[in-house]
This record gives sequence, structure tokens and C-alpha cells, in this order.
Amino acid sequence: MHGFRTLFFKEVLRFWKVSFQTVLAPLVSTLLYLLVFAQVMADHAEIYPGVSYAAFLIPGLVMMSMLQNAFANSSSSLVQSKVTGNIVFVLLAPLSPGEFYGAYVLASMVRGVLVGLVVFLAAWAFVEIPVREPLWAVVFGLLATVLSGTLGVLAGIWAEKFDQMAVWQNFVILPLTFLSGAFYTLHSLPSFWAGLSRFNPFFYAIDGFRYGFLGSGDVSPWQSLSIVGGTCFALSWTTLALLRKGWRLRT
Amino acid sequence: MVPAIEIRGADKHYGSLHALKAVDLTVDSGDFFALLGPNGAGKTTLINLLSGLSRPDGGILKVMGHDVVRDYRQARRSLGVVPQELVFDPFFTVRETLEIQSGYFGLRKNDEWIDDLLHNLQLSDKAEANMRALSGGMKRRVLIAQALVHRPPVIVLDEPTAGVDVALRQSLWKFIQRLNREGHTILLTTHYLEEAETLCRRVAILRQGQIVADDTTENLLQSSTSGKLEDVFVALMQDEGELAEP
Repeated sequence: MHGFRTLFFKEVLRFWKVSFQTVLAPLVSTLLYLLVFAQVMADHAEIYPGVSYAAFLIPGLVMMSMLQNAFANSSSSLVQSKVTGNIVFVLLAPLSPGEFYGAYVLASMVRGVLVGLVVFLAAWAFVEIPVREPLWAVVFGLLATVLSGTLGVLAGIWAEKFDQMAVWQNFVILPLTFLSGAFYTLHSLPSFWAGLSRFNPFFYAIDGFRYGFLGSGDVSPWQSLSIVGGTCFALSWTTLALLRKGWRLRT
Repeated sequence: MVPAIEIRGADKHYGSLHALKAVDLTVDSGDFFALLGPNGAGKTTLINLLSGLSRPDGGILKVMGHDVVRDYRQARRSLGVVPQELVFDPFFTVRETLEIQSGYFGLRKNDEWIDDLLHNLQLSDKAEANMRALSGGMKRRVLIAQALVHRPPVIVLDEPTAGVDVALRQSLWKFIQRLNREGHTILLTTHYLEEAETLCRRVAILRQGQIVADDTTENLLQSSTSGKLEDVFVALMQDEGELAEP
């Protein structure tokens, strides 16, 4: 158990030592999104009665930054360790696959939640945001970071070079987060794109998270919970099975 | 007494390359053992199987009686490995690196031993330096400290003196000899055959994934007219027409 705690602590310390890049940079980029989109869309009709576009946008932006940073934490740590070779220090240790998985995902959750919290507090200073169902916001915040942190572990153990990781970043994570309803509701999309979004688990994570603030969403929070929770379970099970086999880690 | 290392029929393929061919090897507890062979003979593959970095295709490997696959936690606790490559984590200082490695092995309060290691490896003044700021020789010494930080009964040194200057090499061997006298088993791979000849009580030689010699250093030296391990090594390699590269 102490080995697990040490790996978790090491992963948190790793991102904290470069917090300018891992916490402050996402805050600045997310606030720029808010500034631009909220200004451009300010005069458009309210999406939900009594809710400004900025108040609608903020939960989506917070969740988007949580998803991207939770993924970045585990994936970048693993791929850097593999490329530089220092992954051997973890592989030589008496850590079980479950401890390995748990430590990387938990550290990803810490970074994802920390970035989300900082973005939310900064946005709150400028825009009034209702918090109607806080428990749902917490549940989806935590589940989404598990989902994204697990995807990061999968990508990290698969990738052997930085350009392979860029494939994940640019062709998986970026489309999933941008086509997830962070900036719009499902009803505002053409039917094809709306239908496609229903296959995106990040859409349900954002919709459920937003429900926690606004008390309204495109789908029921229970449906979102079952899809996000089911995806987390399937991805975690797959990742653990691959770790037990030593896939791409223990040759 | 349980052997420090027991290998029976270890087999490993990498694609079409048969890297290890049913290798049998026993290293007694407390021994100072050299594993020699030309580049590509299978030395690092064998070490990777022992340490869990690779998985065997067949055979049984045990460290202090613990199977490296089924009882991997105890096997890894019993083993300290100094890898061949000069690897390090650029995010941390020397002390943090050693504290983290201690923690992986479940050790909470290990400061006294860490200080002892830093002193013996002449790293005390670099304890708070970032790993990136160290020279190659210093990084090599940190790797040795990392392998020893959990006080493993069996220590594997995969070419530990490659790129290390003469003075440091001598102080390093004094420290390793002290550990051996204190009861640690040492398994060493090296291309410096005079080091193996001077330090090791027993020598095994690998060639193309097979053990071709396994005897006491004394017996191997007696088998050569010159009494030099280098000549024994070259003769074994030439037997099969292989270009020796000690």
C-alpha cells in the first residue's frame, strides 16, 4: 500500500513542480475561450430560461479543461518515462497492476479537479453561475476525470514515441472534447451531428456536469451517469487486463 | 540454503530471434558472480527476466526462492538492479529520487540508509541537486544507490562501470565488495574481464543465448595456459567461430 501511495505522491509532485505549465496555462487558455465565446454569443437567445450563455458555457469549459488535463497527466508522465527509460524504476518495484493503475489515475484526478476548480473560481469572479444540484456536479466531475485519466494510462502504455501520443491528443481527445456540447446544446446541432454526439461519452460527462449547475440538460442525468459510469468500468477493466499482461511495458 | 538465484530452462524469443535457449544457472547466496558474454549473447535479457522487466516464454526463475512471475512482489523486494542505460527522472533531486524509490518498496523512514548510500557513493554534496545537473558518472552512482535503497539481498549490476573514471571505479568496487562481505549476493555483467577476474568467485559465460561455461574463477583460469580470463573467453568464442567482443 505504501508503494501505491508513493507512486501517487510522485505523480502529483511531478505535475506540481511544473504547475505554471500544468495548472496556470490551462486556466489562461480556458478563460480566453470564455472571454471570446461569451462576448460573441452574449446577444444570442438564452439557451435555458433565465440562464445567460456565459453561465451555460462555464460548466462546459470547466469540464473540458478537467477532461483534457486528467488525460494529459497520466499520458504525458507515462510516455515521457518510456521515452527516457525511467519507467524501469516503477517496473522494478513490487507494485501490482492495480496499484500502478490506481496511482496514475488518482493523480490524474487530482490534476483534473484542481484545474477545474481554479477555472471555475476564476470564472465565478466575472459571471454569476447557479449551482442547483451540486452532488451531480461532484459525481460527474470525479467520474469524468477517472474516464480521462484511464484513457491517458491506455494511451501512455500504447505510445512509444511522442508523435504517437500526439495522435491520441489530436485525433481522439481533441475531437471528443470539442464535439461534446461544451459550447452548445445538442438541440442546436443538425440531426446527423446530434446523433453522432450521442456516441461520445464526453458529451454525457459534460451534460451531467452542467445539470449539476443549471438543473437542466439535454438528457437525464441518470442516463448520463449510466453511460459515463459504464464507459469508466469498461476502460478500467481493459486497462487493468493489459497491465496484468504487461502489454507494451514488460516485453 | 536457498540459492540467491535459481534459473531452470529459461527461454525467451523476440520475434524470430531466440535470445535465451533453455538456460540453467544457479548463483549461491553470498556469492560474487560474473555473467559474461559478447554483445547480444543474452546477458541483459536474462537480467530482464529475473527483474520482471521481461516475461519468460518458458522455464522457472527464482530470486531467494521466490518465483519472479507467481511471487513477483517478494522476488522484486529481494532484488536490486542497476540498469545498463543511464536513465533518470528529470523532475526530481537526488534525495527525492532515492526517497521515492524507497517508498515503492514500502520503506517509510529510510533517511539513515539513504545518507549512508550518498556518503559511500560520494554524492552527499549533490543530495539536493536536480538529476539533470549531474554528470554521467554521478548519474551512474545514483542508479547504484537506487538499486540498493531497499537493501536487497541480491544485487544485479549490468555493466555498472561503463563510462566511469578509474578512481571512481575503484571506490565503487570497494563499496560493492563491502556489501558482498556483509552478505549481499552480487551478480555482475561487465566487458572489463579483469574486473570479473579480480572480484568474482564464480563466472558463467553466455554465447548466443546458451551457457557455455559455468565454473569457479580459479578453475577457469587454470584451464588456460596464460592464466587469464580474457584468453578463456576468447577461446570459448572462437570454438564456434564467433567474433569475440569482450
